[in-house]
Amino acid sequence: MSNTPPMSGPYMRKNKSVQRSMLLVMLALSPATAFGFLAYGWPAILLFMVTLGSALVFEVLCLLVAGRTVRHFATDGSALVTAWLLAVSLPPWAPWWIGVLGSAVAIVIAKHAYGGLGQNVFNPAMVARVVLLISFPLEMTYFVRPAPPWDAAAPGFIESLGIFFGNAVFDATSSATVLNSIRTGLDQGTQLHALLDGHYAPLDWILGLHGGSMAEGSDILLLLGGVFLIANRVMRWHIPVSFLAALAVIATLFNLYDDTRHPDALVHLFNGTTMLAAFFIATDPVTSPMSPKGQIWFGIGLAALVYAIRTWAAYPEGMSFAILLMNALTPLIDRHMKPRIFGRNTRGESLNLVDRQ
Amino acid sequence: MPLFRFRGGAKVAGRKDLTSDRGIVTPPLPPVLHIPLQQHVGNPAVPAVRVGEHVVKGQLIADAKGTISAPVHAPTSGHVTRIGAHTAPHPSGLPVMTLSLEPDGKETWIRLPEPLDLQVATGAQIAQRVAEAGVVGMGGAAFPAAVKLNQGQRYRLDLLILNGAECEPYLTCDDRLMRERPEQLIAGIRIMMQALAVERAVIAVEDNKHISFTILREACAGDPGIDTVYVPARYPMGSSKHLVKAVTGREAPATGLTAEMGVIVHNVATAFAVYEAVALGKPLISRIVTVSGKALRRPENYDALIGTPVSWLVQQSGGLASEPRQVLMGGPMMGEPLPNLDVPITKGTTGVLFLEGTEVADKNVMPCIGCGSCVTVCPSGLLPLEMAKMLQHEDIDGADRIGLRDCISCGSCNYVCPSHIPLVQFFNYGKGRLRNQDQEKKQHERIKILTEQRRQRLEDGTATAPSTPGMNERNDGASER
Repeated sequence: MSNTPPMSGPYMRKNKSVQRSMLLVMLALSPATAFGFLAYGWPAILLFMVTLGSALVFEVLCLLVAGRTVRHFATDGSALVTAWLLAVSLPPWAPWWIGVLGSAVAIVIAKHAYGGLGQNVFNPAMVARVVLLISFPLEMTYFVRPAPPWDAAAPGFIESLGIFFGNAVFDATSSATVLNSIRTGLDQGTQLHALLDGHYAPLDWILGLHGGSMAEGSDILLLLGGVFLIANRVMRWHIPVSFLAALAVIATLFNLYDDTRHPDALVHLFNGTTMLAAFFIATDPVTSPMSPKGQIWFGIGLAALVYAIRTWAAYPEGMSFAILLMNALTPLIDRHMKPRIFGRNTRGESLNLVDRQ
Repeated sequence: MPLFRFRGGAKVAGRKDLTSDRGIVTPPLPPVLHIPLQQHVGNPAVPAVRVGEHVVKGQLIADAKGTISAPVHAPTSGHVTRIGAHTAPHPSGLPVMTLSLEPDGKETWIRLPEPLDLQVATGAQIAQRVAEAGVVGMGGAAFPAAVKLNQGQRYRLDLLILNGAECEPYLTCDDRLMRERPEQLIAGIRIMMQALAVERAVIAVEDNKHISFTILREACAGDPGIDTVYVPARYPMGSSKHLVKAVTGREAPATGLTAEMGVIVHNVATAFAVYEAVALGKPLISRIVTVSGKALRRPENYDALIGTPVSWLVQQSGGLASEPRQVLMGGPMMGEPLPNLDVPITKGTTGVLFLEGTEVADKNVMPCIGCGSCVTVCPSGLLPLEMAKMLQHEDIDGADRIGLRDCISCGSCNYVCPSHIPLVQFFNYGKGRLRNQDQEKKQHERIKILTEQRRQRLEDGTATAPSTPGMNERNDGASER
């Protein structure tokens, strides 16, 4: 008999593990990331690699300091996913130290200072993005127009190294994002119609043929990745669907109310970090509510915050702030969105049978 | 028939094909039978025979004690060689009083009591016959069946549900019973309906057992009161309250019984045992048990005598093909590890599993990542991860407040957890602590009452003796209140 010490069942388990989930998330992110590499060339690839590489180094260092088994935890893939999400939401031509600093903030402060995997209150990648955005507004808002390697405007490898090390002045067409130009234009008193004139190209947005962060461009690839994850039960539909639906509804309502100031739903859905956040960031299990009901409210709240920040606050893209705010609300949502216990009413009292007979 | 949903539940890999096509086999007589005196919920039975005595098949060898108890009968004829402690089929490996019987190979039957005349038999008479035959719930719970058959006298019942869900993976004992003995099963159902005074019965079968369903549907076609229904193969469909919800849409109160809503649930194997007890006068001395798992050479369904050592059935199955990683009694979801192979088959044993490394859960535990899978899957609507966190910090009352007592230990949360956290282990620990707390509280109350009574007596200036028979009576009354 080779029975291990008595431990309650079940003795069977679904073929799921943290590691497998992380691998699938990375797999789902790959197409959009590859598209980003293609669109922004070597600088993007180098930035991506240095961000992920440094994240792994920080992860191992933190595990050593915390006295945990490095092999067990460093191989779970969570540090890579965090760094991946951070990297793809950085401006593709940002210098190397932005990636390294971001990884340090994400892994050391936002993850391990809270106690490591599963203990963090805020999404580490978004904490890093916000820290970088506030500290280095210039580097963090320098966006370029997509230019595939065969395009004459694309930098060669040597020039790319220059961009990567942040000391070469490569003459790229810097390109404000759609949300950015709407924001600045409206602030200057320009009418929305004039701003969008010639720039309103939903198909280009969906395909990713416009400037932005490394891999937030190709909405269609992100959407496919998200559907893949839902189909493989790595995550549930509640957050993406409620978030996107709520954002569309809010944007449409305001657009109907005053279309000289409020762009329509397509602008909000297919620009900025919307798709990336909907499927890959807001759905981070650690920092989002656990019950389906709570997840729906999380999505709605997130949409409202994103819309509010994009429209009325100082930043044209409010996704990272909105995510952090909703992360902070998550324990509260969890507290109030408990499922009803079988055989009890919502107040927790045993069901009454008087109604029968 | 319309079906209803209950929240949660998991799609669990069935792995029933190992034995679902293996017909019921009667193994040869084992050299010795170990018959525990407690195979049921309630008081252990009291031996009615002595060591050395010769008994015949079906003879009463241990008497029920109290209302919640069940008698035990000799599974075959032979000599009682020993009455004493023997390892119980329980992970603790602790001994229970067990009667060992050496078969004489003659299988001489006792003169069975006359079958009940069902034209005139009352519900109480049927229940009494079932009680005398030692029939218990055969789905694994082993609650004395007669007690549940008497519910007709306490509640107004309108529906009997026969639990043929068999939602535990690997197990096919109920499936084979439904396929091979449908007439007897349905006769048993009719007897139960008569005892409970209900007009309607529904046999609920999970929709992965098409053959059983078709056979039963045909077998009960002529009976307007009995219906068959497919329920989705979703674990834990076999949990009685969840099955009632799925079939009727009625949700039993957390602190009450399904009988309060007019519904009573019995396992299909229990219906078969009731048929044998009432229509044939036979006591419960054997049961169908699935012996399966990839570490076993030839998985089978055996019609085994109660008390047959597990090792005997392994021998009949050609022995072990490999060293099993886990040996279990019951299914892999709620079953328990076996301390060794000497333990016997009891009335509540649905299966014995010999699982290979590839069949057993990965034990690589990671921190909780808060994915909420356990919350979605919990059929009781609980927050397993919250409860586990509280129990990890010994916050028993906190876990109690958020529903620890409503946990049915089905293990669905554990099954889906990507971090492989042993959630059920925490819950069982917590429930044990709660039981102790409750007991202590009861004891405190009792002491308070006694002290109060003593003070009263001293004030009245009457008897000061601490213990008189009259006082004991009074105390019992007080503690019951």
